[in-house]
Amino acid sequence: MEKLSVLIVDDNAIRASIIEAGLVEHDGTIVTIATGLHGLVEKIESVQPDVIVVDIEHPSRDLLESYFSISRAVRKPIAMFVDKSDPAWIEQAIDAGVSSYVVDGLRKNRVKPVIDAAIRRFKAFHKMAMELEATRSELQGRKQIDRAKGLLMRSKGLSEEEAYALLRRTAMNQNRKISDVAERLVSAAELLAPGADKGDGE
Amino acid sequence: MTHNIDIGFMPLVDASVIIAAHELGFAREEGLALNLIRESSWANIRDRMVVGHFQAAQMLAPLPIAGLLGLSSMRMDVAVPMALGLGGNAVTVSRDLASLLLQKHPDWRGLDARQAGVGLKNVLPDFQQQRGRKLTCGVVHPHSAHNYELRYWLAASGIRPDVDVEIAIVPPPLMPDAMASGAVDLFCVGEPWNSVAVNQGLGRLLTTKSSIWRSSPEKVLTVSMPFLKAHPDAAQKLVRAVYRAACWCARKENWEDLAKLLSQANYIGAAPEEILPSFTGRFADLSGRATLVEDFFLPADRLATFPWQSHALWFYSQMVRWGQIDFDPAHAQRAASAYRADIYRAALMPLGIDLPPTDMKVEGALEVSQPIGSTGGTLRLGPDGFFDLLKFDPSQVEAYVSAQRHFA
Repeated sequence: MEKLSVLIVDDNAIRASIIEAGLVEHDGTIVTIATGLHGLVEKIESVQPDVIVVDIEHPSRDLLESYFSISRAVRKPIAMFVDKSDPAWIEQAIDAGVSSYVVDGLRKNRVKPVIDAAIRRFKAFHKMAMELEATRSELQGRKQIDRAKGLLMRSKGLSEEEAYALLRRTAMNQNRKISDVAERLVSAAELLAPGADKGDGE
Repeated sequence: MTHNIDIGFMPLVDASVIIAAHELGFAREEGLALNLIRESSWANIRDRMVVGHFQAAQMLAPLPIAGLLGLSSMRMDVAVPMALGLGGNAVTVSRDLASLLLQKHPDWRGLDARQAGVGLKNVLPDFQQQRGRKLTCGVVHPHSAHNYELRYWLAASGIRPDVDVEIAIVPPPLMPDAMASGAVDLFCVGEPWNSVAVNQGLGRLLTTKSSIWRSSPEKVLTVSMPFLKAHPDAAQKLVRAVYRAACWCARKENWEDLAKLLSQANYIGAAPEEILPSFTGRFADLSGRATLVEDFFLPADRLATFPWQSHALWFYSQMVRWGQIDFDPAHAQRAASAYRADIYRAALMPLGIDLPPTDMKVEGALEVSQPIGSTGGTLRLGPDGFFDLLKFDPSQVEAYVSAQRHFA
């Protein structure tokens, strides 16, 4: 069977390569990546993809659809959603952040596994990005707690445990996270006495 | 009971009435909780309407018609219960093109569409010779008021849109970048993206939509069919809330606050001084001279939110004119029926608003502001003329299009 050519349009190069890695596992798939708007149309004309997978937040969607509707230089791709027999699947794609265009006439059973793989990879990337963000904010939170403890130890003459206990008590009373209380304390200290917390944390 | 409505919008000044409906409490007063979602393409808004993520959305006025007639990548069946104001976009040219125009026309004044058309036609041969390519015009979507009014203005100025220039599609927020990179020499886009380009020193204003066709339609509020069928009351409440927000946006004393609100990154994300001109009408012309544009953007005045079926039919006539679809009386009827003045009327009945006797009017017929035979006798409409002084009679779509054919 002739190989299926897939073009990934995504400005996030890391995500694009993760999707690419997921797609090339499928035998008989050739993957090309396009980033940015510049030269996008030329790339489509040279690659002549069977399937185009686009990051749903990519600003090129209106441009692409307009190009598909008037161009004679490429076989006519249509929005994947035209086949509305499977609305749950369409919603899943949108939720994952994937929009896709498929050359008219291609059999669904050839195309669906490829798009499913793209959807899975998009989701995996999203999960990874969320975890990374959570780790990052946890680290940031810890840093703020250390700075706040330092401030309290200096200004109130508390021990480290006492300073932490005070932060925790305040957080419980205000029904907030300790890191939030610490952050407010640090910014208040920065506002009131510039340079007061120099030497702490970082 | 509070009704939740997810509503999609694009970062444009005419989304202001939806944003104000949410932020100023008009929606809440109607028992609605709006969840505003900023989108990055009209295709996303369409897809999310179709799969049911959104119950309502801001849309380019011709888009629901294109969706209904199967012109877009996916069929979309939505209703248009109201318009989101009149006017609101402009034509900007690059600094190079502005210089070329001013060289040939040292006495250039203001933003008049006729002057702009004649001027552009005069410099086209020089431009093409200097650059060795055609002039490129940017519009935001093939089914946008921008595309149709730009083509109308070019054609009426003796410039063939599909022969003498290139027309490219560029998303609104990227328009200034496209001009900076030289990808477009001229663009027609909604505010604030003209003002952003001018502010960055990338271009100058050539003319405005209000000069090409005064009091003309631009964006609409759409509701999805399943939502409308399941919750007709909530749809009416939404129309009322947005109507009252539009009246708030139209009042001068609110403009500073509104510009600040819209400038937030989650809404438009441009500077307040780039948003204010839409409301004050104070712009700079091709030579940088300050000029006052009347009726640049009307959020509410002169019944700016009424979904005129004659507007829908004008867009349909231009789809036929530019070869997007063949003329068919049944299509014309379907295009007109997408605009649901019946919902608008029912929604605003409790407010005692003075409403017109019909859902269509001859476009371009009112050279000056005139009273029309409205229910309360106080409603004034117009002026609403096309810059070439031609009129559009919605009962004569086919004849209108055949008369335009030889200009295409």
